[in-house]
Amino acid sequence: MNIPENLKYTKNHEWLKVEDNIATIGISEFAQGELGDIVFVEVDTEGESLDMEEVFGTIEAVKTVSDLFMPITGEVTEFNETLEDEPELINSSPYDKGWIVKVEMSEMSELDNLLSAEEYKNLIS
Amino acid sequence: MKKLVLSDVHESLGGKMVDFAGYYMPVQYSKGVKFEHQIVRQEVGVFDVSHMGEVFVSGENSLDFLQSITSNDVSKLTVGKVQYTCLPNADGGIVDDFLLYKIEENKYLLVVNASNMKKDLMWINDHNSFNCTIDNQSENYSLLAVQGPHSIELLQQLTDVDLSEIKYYNFKIGNIAGVDNVILSRTGYTGEIGFELYVRNEGTKQLWDALFSTNIKLEAIGLAARDTLRLEKGFCLYGNDINDSTSPIEAGLGWITKFTKKFVNSENLKKQKEEGVSRKLVAIELIDKGIARKDYLIVDVDGKEIGVITSGTMSPTLNKSIALGYVSSEYKSVDSEIYIQVRKKQIKANVVSLPFVK
Repeated sequence: MNIPENLKYTKNHEWLKVEDNIATIGISEFAQGELGDIVFVEVDTEGESLDMEEVFGTIEAVKTVSDLFMPITGEVTEFNETLEDEPELINSSPYDKGWIVKVEMSEMSELDNLLSAEEYKNLIS
Repeated sequence: MKKLVLSDVHESLGGKMVDFAGYYMPVQYSKGVKFEHQIVRQEVGVFDVSHMGEVFVSGENSLDFLQSITSNDVSKLTVGKVQYTCLPNADGGIVDDFLLYKIEENKYLLVVNASNMKKDLMWINDHNSFNCTIDNQSENYSLLAVQGPHSIELLQQLTDVDLSEIKYYNFKIGNIAGVDNVILSRTGYTGEIGFELYVRNEGTKQLWDALFSTNIKLEAIGLAARDTLRLEKGFCLYGNDINDSTSPIEAGLGWITKFTKKFVNSENLKKQKEEGVSRKLVAIELIDKGIARKDYLIVDVDGKEIGVITSGTMSPTLNKSIALGYVSSEYKSVDSEIYIQVRKKQIKANVVSLPFVK
């Protein structure tokens, strides 16, 4: 199971890559494996400021619909639009081409509550 | 939860196991639902659907008995033929839908949904004023469905029975892979060429292993792909598209509802057929992006509720979002413009004709 060291994680199986005050967000390799073939991703909150734990989108596998939760507070500044036509990138490249949104963080202290790679590994093992 | 004969085999093949109708079953294997789906459309796959119930009905009056409780015309069945039919209830709904086999004169096999097993047995027994013997053999039978364009070529390597001679909705009982008395039924739930093999549990493992021993590549297929495959063909799923409160006429099952005889609630259903029904099950294709799921509302252009989705998925073959759902009859014709309420949005959709995949 690939759990990159340089990322932060949540108990909702999302990952964050933090660069200054911008967080790139996706779902973990474990999560995509549990969901199976991803067939649709919907994010209609671009440009909105959302609180931590608010729903920013939905991800649909063949048999399931799952909400995507904000791991931190901030504004959704960008949606990975290639996912509209190629949602399967989340399966094939969860940490790279399958990123979902970028968020401009407004509460940097929230980062302290996120899980390290080691802690996330313990969560799913 | 009950185990199937092959539950451990599925697990060792990487099956993602779930509780389905009380059985420990594979919903998919490691290569994923889309892969499995395409394999069945293009090559051949095998489904272990041993959860399905096998109930034998026999006795001198078995024809009259079955005529009285089922919607289709059992007198049309000859030995070796299969019929799709249902058990209507007294209130306009359906107790279950199933395949009916005429095994020999005065002996029939009903293959029913596992989730309805208890309800069906109660219903059948309660209506048995015909002195028939009702023998539930579900715990002794497995069912392997071999489906896909290469299925006959694969199966023919394992049996002397000439499979090319068995027509759609016909069966023979014979030896396959060294196992005697297997029902070789030219039926399936995928819309592809294929056979369903009813085998007593003692022979299940031997048959399964033999299926994988030929020179034709075979993949195990789980329940999730079974669902996407049947939905592309518009086959009803009990619990989704039909249930205790949907009538066969509403569900588009008029073709298995024959008024050449009397049966439970036939007067009412006949009236429905003659006078029309207020809602109909229709095939729906989404025009805008989104996926319609079971229980999502169908609305008109003004957002007024006009129906409900009963099954929906992203079709792996078409890469389009498809669904079945009930709509008010004024929206039943092809090309009716409807909308699906998907979370906060209303997604534009069209009524289309079945099957989605030809």
